[in-house]
Order: sequence, then structure tokens, then C-alpha cells
Amino acid sequence: MFKMSPLNQRRWRNFRRNRRAYWSLIIFCVLFGLSLMAEFIANEKPILVQYRGDLYTPIFKFYPETAFGGDFQTEAGYRDPEVKCLIETGGLDLCFDDPEGYIADAQDGEIAGEAIEKGWMIWPLIPYSFTSSVERPGAAPLPPNAQNWLGTDDTKRDVMARVIYGFRLSIFFTLIVTTLASIIGVIAGAIQGYFGGWVDLIFQRVIEIWGSTPSLYIIIILFAILGRSFWLLVFLTVLFGWTALVGVVRAEFLRARNLEYVRAAKALGVSNWTIMFRHMLPNAMVATLTMLPFIVTGTISTLAGLDFLGFGLPSSAPSLGELTLQAKQNLQAPWLGFTAFFTFAIMLSLLIFIFEGVRDAFDPRKTFS
Amino acid sequence: MSILEVKNLRVGFRQDGQTIDAVKGVSFSLDRGETVALVGESGSGKSVTALSTVAMLGESASVSGSVTYDGQEMVGADEKLLQKVRGNDISFIFQEPMTSLNPLHTLEKQLGESLALHQGVVGDAARTRILDLLTKVGIRDPEERLSSYPHQLSGGQRQRVMIAMALANQPDVLIADEPTTALDVTIQAQILELLAELKASEGMGLLFITHDLGIVRKIADKVCVMKDGEIVEAGPVSEIFANPQHAYTKTLLSARAVGAPDPIDDAADVVAETDNLRIWFPIQRGLLRRTVGHVKAVNAATISVRAGETLGIVGESGSGKTTLAQAIMRLIGSEGPIRFQGQDIRALKTRDLRALRKDMQIVFQDPFGSLSPRMTCEQIISEGLGVHGNPDGRDTRVLVADVMQEVGLDPATMDRYPHEFSGGQRQRIAIARAMILRPKLLVLDEPTSALDMTVQVQIVNLLRDLQKKYGLAYLFISHDLHVVRAMSHKIMVMKQGDVVEAGAASEIFDAPKTAYTKELLAAVPA
Repeated sequence: MFKMSPLNQRRWRNFRRNRRAYWSLIIFCVLFGLSLMAEFIANEKPILVQYRGDLYTPIFKFYPETAFGGDFQTEAGYRDPEVKCLIETGGLDLCFDDPEGYIADAQDGEIAGEAIEKGWMIWPLIPYSFTSSVERPGAAPLPPNAQNWLGTDDTKRDVMARVIYGFRLSIFFTLIVTTLASIIGVIAGAIQGYFGGWVDLIFQRVIEIWGSTPSLYIIIILFAILGRSFWLLVFLTVLFGWTALVGVVRAEFLRARNLEYVRAAKALGVSNWTIMFRHMLPNAMVATLTMLPFIVTGTISTLAGLDFLGFGLPSSAPSLGELTLQAKQNLQAPWLGFTAFFTFAIMLSLLIFIFEGVRDAFDPRKTFS
Repeated sequence: MSILEVKNLRVGFRQDGQTIDAVKGVSFSLDRGETVALVGESGSGKSVTALSTVAMLGESASVSGSVTYDGQEMVGADEKLLQKVRGNDISFIFQEPMTSLNPLHTLEKQLGESLALHQGVVGDAARTRILDLLTKVGIRDPEERLSSYPHQLSGGQRQRVMIAMALANQPDVLIADEPTTALDVTIQAQILELLAELKASEGMGLLFITHDLGIVRKIADKVCVMKDGEIVEAGPVSEIFANPQHAYTKTLLSARAVGAPDPIDDAADVVAETDNLRIWFPIQRGLLRRTVGHVKAVNAATISVRAGETLGIVGESGSGKTTLAQAIMRLIGSEGPIRFQGQDIRALKTRDLRALRKDMQIVFQDPFGSLSPRMTCEQIISEGLGVHGNPDGRDTRVLVADVMQEVGLDPATMDRYPHEFSGGQRQRIAIARAMILRPKLLVLDEPTSALDMTVQVQIVNLLRDLQKKYGLAYLFISHDLHVVRAMSHKIMVMKQGDVVEAGAASEIFDAPKTAYTKELLAAVPA
């Protein structure tokens, strides 16, 4: 069992006493946990299919339509009435004439007095993925109803499904970017602060030049050349985001390198790298932790901002920024705007509350009685 | 009537839902023109008692009992009254003169602020008053000093300015919290004299907090001995010193490093020696970093220390004694040969030097700063083994347990973190960290000066035992002459980078030759 040091136990206690942060963490974990299972909650394919006594799992495997007695070699369109009919009636050829009629007829287990091998499908809660378009009459965007809880966007895609996938994508993006940017930033800051002198001077100038590069133009240019993709955006955001932590870590290391325990380690003959990462880094972590919430929320906003401007992820990706853009372009469809606003407000508030709690828990002077 | 009366004062600090009692029912009184000393070791609650007189303890403290200033109740008084009393009627002088002055303000501004705030004195009137104050606290050429910044003053001068600030509003009570602890002995004597003079001329009550009984004897009228938040004994100074009643007072009074180290064999090998060692830091100016001069930290220091021998290096702050020790350890650069076990170590490469570090170790002054706060005691002590390898292939934990036993620590505590140990125990951990490598030379940089008197004695005894057992050579750096005398075979007196006098310990103490050494010896409180 993982055992926490007394210091960390105290921090955990302090964190739990902060009710707002603690509940935010629980709610966030539930939401993120659910979004991790988004494929089982919102998908255009059924979770489980029973056809002629065999079980099929379309979410994980590719099945051509011919597997269910259809004509095409392409993947079965499970929401097509013909395919539905085929599966539920056990591959009855008559399905191609009047699928709805035969589906209704098949409910009692026989068609025209003849027994059939009745099949079934288990659908996710929301039978749409973030790309599937909704079969509903009328001009998009369509308002919310029982079929589309949050309505559809202007290309008739289900907003609820896009929010679930978009939330997951945003959180993934920020976690990857924050982790990479923090690792690079901490190492760079550590080297600068520990060695000081010329290393520090040159590094600092490099960072100043780097920081004044117009990153938006670089993103536009590179996207134009290489095409939009998730990983390219991660790479570019890290490329311009790693400098955020350098200053804090550098300051901590500049202070710590003259502390007596660092000199004691030097006198023991411990190597520079060991001193940096065993003795000094743990003490710089508190300062790093207080900076993290700003990086996390900043990264989410960066992604949303780029998407809003149209320079972000590919247009097929489930992007919350794109939802905001649609809301701006379709003011007659307020459900888009409200959804975008509340998704961002809830997501960012939860993260801020959690990190606020973490920061306070690390503050040795704060006591929670 | 007493100007300050404390009755049954209790102070507790809330943490994690528990209350830790720091002061448990303290009572004493202070008259005008009287000096009361609160004496005790660290953690005895003496500073907390003083701070609680004007409610300066922060939110987590709960204070009960009664503190009356001039008949006014201060416990539970409203913030307005407290602000009026603080700095105006009751003034404070703190221990650290470096950090108690704002580094960005000139002396005139620092002193003027308090005058404008409490008395509304500004302009020429304030200037006259400031000059008057600076003259009173013995600052030479006060006119020129008005535009000086704190970093342009020496430690003693800064403490004088702090006293001037405390006096600015003609307080009735002056609370001095270890005002001389951070100062050199000669300066310490001057400041104590100044405080005694001012108390008499201004008719203030002086509440003096210290751990040093020598100072108490010099300055106080009454003394309260504190232990674990209680006053165990109180009375006139002459009585307490002549005839202590309580066992703890007796321990405190007898706590002084005494005796001398055992004489050593003349045939012992020389472990380390230097010949005219010089450490000059270049001062570089301009774009091309031309060297325009040098800060001469150490000039021509020639030392030699044999196995089993202790060389005491004595001097005031800024005399270059720590710099010299670090140069011998090759932690900083220097000129002039340094021979360690006959080998000149200046030419060694980093790798070879690293191997040699096993034989030369250092123990620092601050037992709170020299241990990584996030490593366990076992990790700290065994770190050197990780670098230099395990000598006889035994389990690390067994070796750590052995060395902990040797320095008088309970091996069962090896998985605890430094903050769970007391100051003396931490210094033992620092010694264990050095000793586990079985070094030949141990540099001790003020190893006892951050510790309480009774603990100092224990550490000195421990160091002497270890020296006898392993034939260790010590370089013992200290400004505390009592401790140096108890430890050293030979002594070197340094002043501003120069070696003033060097020789056998008995010679230096009994028949000092130079004026500076004589002055140093005379300034030590008996």
C-alpha cells in the first residue's frame, strides 16, 4: 500500500477540510471518468448486437453490412432502418422493402406465422457520436428535444455528444501540454538557477527572444504547411508554453543553491545532477504547484481560442471552441451559446477550485480548524 | 506601580485541531527604570510571552490571563488601542538587524516614518529629532549617515539604528528580544552598555530576552528563568546567581563547556596544511569585466593540523574564517599550496577530488538549514555511502544505525524527517552524516553557535570523544571563546582576513600578545 509521509498526510487532511475543493475534485473525477467512457455513452454504433444467436461488439470491431445479411462490403450503418430490420429479424430479405413495418411485425417473434431468429441491439444513452448527423426534419441548428437533449449544431450534429467528447479532448490536451511544458520548464529553470552565471545570462536572453516570438503566426504558418492535427497543436503549444515555469523554478534554485544542505551535499562529493534533483527540486515543487493552475486553465483557453478563430483542431474534431464559434454565428439558436458557456464555466471553475485547495494545503501557515 | 504587569498569562497555538500550550501561566512585573531578564532555552516560551504583551502573535494564538500596561488591560483590547501602544509606549528591538530594517529606505526615512506616524512630527523638527536620536545611540557623524542605506552600515550600527527607532517615541517599556545574539562579542559589549545607559537616562522599563546568562548578569536587575512555558524561578540577579534554588537554574548556570582536550602525541602525522594560503575575490567592472581590485578575504594563512589535533580558528564576522575553511575543503578557489595527507590537492581533477572528499568532511553552523527538509534521517546520513560506496558490504541501514548510536541518537528514529528532531539532535545528524565516511579531517564551522548552552556542552563532549576514538583532525571555527578553549590544542586568531596571532591554546588564552586578542578576550561575558 502506498504510504504517505506525515507531511503529505497533513496536506491531504487540509485539502479534505476545504469542502469546496474536495467536492470539486470529486465532481471533476466523476465527470472526467464518465468522459473517458464517452464511446459507451455517446456513440452511433450499438454497444452489443445479437444476430442469429451470435454476439457482436461494433464499438471495438469492424463488421461489414454483409455480416448481417446486407449487400455492402462497407461497415454496417446500424442506424439505417434496413440494417436494424435485418438484425432484429435475423436477416430477413423482406427488410429491403419495408423495414419499419417488418421491425414492428417482428416484435412477437414471428412474421406471417413463420418463426424468425429474433435479434437485438443495446444502444448507448446518446445514440450519436460527435461526427454523426442527426436524422431530424427541419433546418439546422435544431432546438433541444427528447432526441437531442442539447439540440444540434449547424451541421445537424448532436451537441450533447460533442460536449462530452470535447470535454475529454480539452482535458487530455491540457494534461499532455501541462505535463510536457512543466517537465521542460522545470529542467530549464533548474539548470539556469543552479549553474547561474553565464549559463543563466545566455538562457535568459534566449527565453526573452523566444517569448517575444509571435506564436499565433507560427501556428497559422505551420498548420498551413503541415495540415491541422492534434499532435502538431500539442507540439506547438508546448514549444511556446514551457517558459511559463522557468522563472519560478530558476528563482527557487538560485535561492537554494547557497543553502547549507546543498553545500553539505557538495562537500560529500555528490554530483551536480543528484544535488539538483534529490535536494533542490522537491523544495522548488511547491512554487511550481502554485503556478500549475494558471498553466492548466491557460492551456484550455488557448485551445478554445484557437478553435474559435478557426486555427485550432481539424474541423471534424469535437471542439468546444468551435461550438462557441457556432454560437456566435447562430444567435437565433441560444442553446449553443448557453451550452458553450456553461461547459467552460463549470470545467474551469472546478479546476480552479481544486488547485486553490491544493495550493492552500501546501501552505504551512494555513491551518484548518 | 509597575508599568507592565503580567498575571497568569497563558498562550496556546492551534494546529490541526489541537492546541499546543506555549506559555502556561506566567506572572511577572516590570517597573520604570528596571531591567527584567527572561532567560531560557529555545522553545521555553520567552519570546512568545514578550510578543503577547501587545498581541503580536497572529491568528492561530489564543491568549488568556492578564497583561496590564500602565493600568490598561492589553489582553483582548481593541486593535486601535493596541496600535497606539505598539511602537509608541511599548517598543521592540529584534534579534536580526539585517532583516528588521527596510533595505530600500534611508535612515532618515526609516526613523522619520515612525515619528510622523505616532507624533505627527515632520520636516525640520523631525530631522533635528532624528539627529538627536542617532547621537544618543552613538552613531558617529549622524549628519552624513542620514542618507545612508542599511547595507552601508555594519551589523552593530544597524542594531544601534534599530534602538534609535525604538526610542523615537520615548517609550515607557522597551522589549529587547535577543538583541545581541547576531553580533560579535566586542560589538555585543558596546550595545549592552548603550542599552543600560539609555534605560537610566530615559527612565524606561527594559524587558530583556536572552539565552545567555553572562549577559543577564551584566545588565539585569531581576531575572525570570523559563522552562517549557513556565517560570521556574524568579528573583534579583545577585540572589539567583549566588544561590540558585531550582534544579534547572543550576543546570543552566553550570552549562559551560569546560576542560581542555587531551594532549596529543608529538609523532602524529600532519593531516592537512597550507602555506600562505590566499583567497582574493576579484572585483570586475565594465563591459570587459576588467579586474580593478580584489576583496581580500584571506591573506597568507599558514596552518597545519595533525591527526587527533584541533586547530581553533577564532575571529569576528567578516574575518575570513569560514572562507578559509571552504578553501581548504576545495569548495572555493584559492592560491597557495594546500596539502592533504602530503598531497597537493589544488591540481586534482573533479573526479579525483570527489574520491578524496571521503576523507575530509564538514559540519555547518545551522542545524536547521544543513539538512534537506524532505529527506529522512536515514537518507541524509547514508547519502555519502551512495557516492563513495559501502566500505565492507554491510547493509546501509545497519551502518546508519551504528553511526547514529555513536553520536547518541536512537536508531529507531532513522525514518523520521529533520523537523521532528530538536536542534541538538539535528546537529548530531549532521555529525553522523560526516562520520559515516570515517573521515581523517573534519571541518566544524560554528557547530555549536545555534544551539542552547546545555546542548552545546553535550556536542562539545561528543566531538571530543569522537576525536579520541578515531584520531580525527579538527578545524574548529567559532566566535565563542569558551567553546574554542574547551576544544582546541592550537588557536589562530583572524581579523579582516589577516592572521593576527597563532599558537598553542594555553599561550593565547593566558598570555595574549596582540592588542586585538586582548580586546577579544576582555569582551567575553564572564
